[in-house]
Amino acid sequence: MYNKKEKILVPLIAVVLGVLLGIIILVVSNRDFMVLFSSLLKGLTGITLGKAGINLRYPGELMVTTMPLILGGLSIGFAYRCGMFNIGSEGQVIMGSLAACCFGILVPIPTRFAAVVVLLVGALAGALWAFIPGILKTKFNISEVVSGIMLNYSGMFIASYFYKILPGSTTTRTVDLPVNATLKSDFFYNITNYSRLNWGFLVVIVCVILYWFIIEKTTFGYKLRATGFNKFGAKFAGIKTDRATILSLMISGALAGLAGALLIQGTFGYGRVSLAFDNVGFDGIAVALVGGCNAIGVVLGGFLFGLLKITQPLLQTSGVPREIGDIISAAIVYFVAIQYVILYFIHKKRKTKGESKE
Amino acid sequence: MEYAIEMLNVTKEFPGIKANDNITLQVEKGGIHALLGENGAGKSTLMSILFGLYSPTSGTIKVNGKEVLITNPNVANDLGIGMVHQHFKLVENFTVTENIILGREPKGKFKTIDLKSSRERIKKISELYGFKVDPDAKIEDLTVGMQQKVEILKMLYRDADILIFDEPTAVLTPQEIEELLEIIKNLAHEGKTVLLITHKLKEIKACATKCSILRRGKLIKTVDVATTTEATMSELMVGRKVDLNIVKKPLSLGKNMLEIKDLVVTSNRGFDAVKGVSLHVKAGEILGLAGIDGNGQSELINALTGLAPIKSGSIIIDGKDVTNESIKTRFDIGMGHIPEDRHKYGLILDFSLKENFIIHDFEESAFSHHGILNYSNIDQYANRLIEEFDVRSGQGKNTLTRSMSGGNQQKAIIARELDRSPKLLIVVQPTRGLDVGAIEYIHKRIEAERESGKAVLLVSFELDEIMSLSDRIAVIHSGKIMGEMNAKDATENKLGLMMAGTEVTEGNANV
Repeated sequence: MYNKKEKILVPLIAVVLGVLLGIIILVVSNRDFMVLFSSLLKGLTGITLGKAGINLRYPGELMVTTMPLILGGLSIGFAYRCGMFNIGSEGQVIMGSLAACCFGILVPIPTRFAAVVVLLVGALAGALWAFIPGILKTKFNISEVVSGIMLNYSGMFIASYFYKILPGSTTTRTVDLPVNATLKSDFFYNITNYSRLNWGFLVVIVCVILYWFIIEKTTFGYKLRATGFNKFGAKFAGIKTDRATILSLMISGALAGLAGALLIQGTFGYGRVSLAFDNVGFDGIAVALVGGCNAIGVVLGGFLFGLLKITQPLLQTSGVPREIGDIISAAIVYFVAIQYVILYFIHKKRKTKGESKE
Repeated sequence: MEYAIEMLNVTKEFPGIKANDNITLQVEKGGIHALLGENGAGKSTLMSILFGLYSPTSGTIKVNGKEVLITNPNVANDLGIGMVHQHFKLVENFTVTENIILGREPKGKFKTIDLKSSRERIKKISELYGFKVDPDAKIEDLTVGMQQKVEILKMLYRDADILIFDEPTAVLTPQEIEELLEIIKNLAHEGKTVLLITHKLKEIKACATKCSILRRGKLIKTVDVATTTEATMSELMVGRKVDLNIVKKPLSLGKNMLEIKDLVVTSNRGFDAVKGVSLHVKAGEILGLAGIDGNGQSELINALTGLAPIKSGSIIIDGKDVTNESIKTRFDIGMGHIPEDRHKYGLILDFSLKENFIIHDFEESAFSHHGILNYSNIDQYANRLIEEFDVRSGQGKNTLTRSMSGGNQQKAIIARELDRSPKLLIVVQPTRGLDVGAIEYIHKRIEAERESGKAVLLVSFELDEIMSLSDRIAVIHSGKIMGEMNAKDATENKLGLMMAGTEVTEGNANV
């Protein structure tokens, strides 16, 4: 009932329907819907219609926005493949950011090696934050969704407290991380017309490959998938399902923590005191959903939502409300979520086609 | 002769397969008509057409002589056709009355639901057929047999005259089966027409008047049950002679492979479900454990295989005390387990066939190296098992096990467990819901294990299965062993008494 072709077809149809909805809303509210396409094109390639030249700053910023989203998507996807919904990913991103920021500022390492250490610290913090729902789930059968949501808020308030008391912090931000500890690159900065593009993409590439390899090719991934599909069956066969559950949540947390570290080390270069979520973890849910929780899908999903995000300010400057980007993102998620309706129409069409052939 | 239902030249095609091929089925009013066929023969499709779940590709349907178009189940209901599905469709935390009136709630004053009058009516119908169902009981508190009666009441409440039963006995104990067959006979006596889908010949013999046999989508023959033997019917169904009688080679006993001593297991509801059970199984013999479902068998098996902790006592496999060992260790020592619930425990349904084959041994050097799976070895292994055990599926080793038939799913589990060549094989309800062909195959495989000197513990609710396979039979009742006897001394009567809780002392002469 659900083959490989349909797995690709459904998200594609969802994207088309989402964009279509955006167009309809623009037309109904009497605005030029071509603005949507010119903005998307500009966001993706840096080409402005009717003007010569390419502004590489836009694709650069697209990458910057997309990188944490892909990591967020991998985080959600990894837990999901093991049968869990790690909605606490957001909190793990925050804790990854916090740990990376504190370590980067407080523990100076004089070489470029510092950036790698700070990344790992961020990943570790995310993993430890995810360990809490993991242990609660296996020992006390507490849903990872409930504990995860609560830990999101705990994480946010803890982070804003510590950002404020770091040496040199103002009420809104910390001092800059030492350059050694960041992923910033003068080279990328210069060739992309001063975008924030940084070495973080290497981290993302490594994570995507590892994600695919671990899940599809290793005995560890086999255990996780078995547990995710059928916990009783896996346990019956002798797999230690509790361990698989905790470990998959921790790996999911580590990926989220890396996304957090990337925000600190790459995108901003300092910690921000914030009492609202960045939504990298939450957006990861949409990315994973559209990407079907597989590695390539998550990468494409990440780019899709990244593009819609950076297109928003472009829409605004062209006189179209930025919220149209949110509407399209949300619509795509809805259309993927109701994939059975889409499948129903695909099957129906195929059936009538088949009958007319006879 | 007056027909309640006539399905004339009905054909139903699915992409690539003719599920029903020009079938003509005529059901006499007031009779019990059985529909016999192996899994996948087209019985369920045919009944789904009659119930309005599918529309036929061609052919006509007449109900009480009038040609009708049944486009959905509501139309079927209005025509007086009711169906009891194999998997009950009841709301667990509703009462019996609430479930029965669901969708047809009688309205009282101010459009409130008139529970009182419907309750009375349900009580009346229930008494008429001797159901003894409490209209106020919650479904979750009822036994499976009782739940089925609620499903039947639901049809009767809706004034159905034509009743379809889809494999109604698959989930019942021997006693409940007997009771159900009695009810079905009663219904026919009251003038209802019954269509019974089944592959159990004994039940057809016990109650049906006519029997239509389907094979591979075609109607093979409709026979008079009274004048046809079980052997003939099974031959018509399978298309060849089936031999369910097992010729047992003489025993050659080895040492104790399984010893259970004073085992006490607490159920997850908090009481002792296994109360001091002691059993042993020697190499080269099959010990059958008979008993009615729910007398501690599941808890005993869970304790043996390591799925659940035990309270006291000990379990020894091949001389090693495994009481506190992990599930994996027990498998590695030489236990094999064919579980009762193949969907919940036996298979990861969303895994491919090959992935299911390696579930115990994926960490062995044959299938992985340094934690990385070796897919070429896994593929080879899967191909070998598929061939050796004749596991049939759409896309071979890469088939999703969810899409396979029940019989082939069970074959896959048996292939996996037997190929590991376990010293002790624990088999629970191995043929539940399977057709005769598959049962024959599985019984022969189990017998072959015994012949090759393995110890087999067989737990089954089907007395026939226990009696034809076992060398020794133990009977469990409310967590205690009521007695043990050699299979040749066992009679259905004796075992039945013990299953009901009577200790039979003369049979206790032991090996």
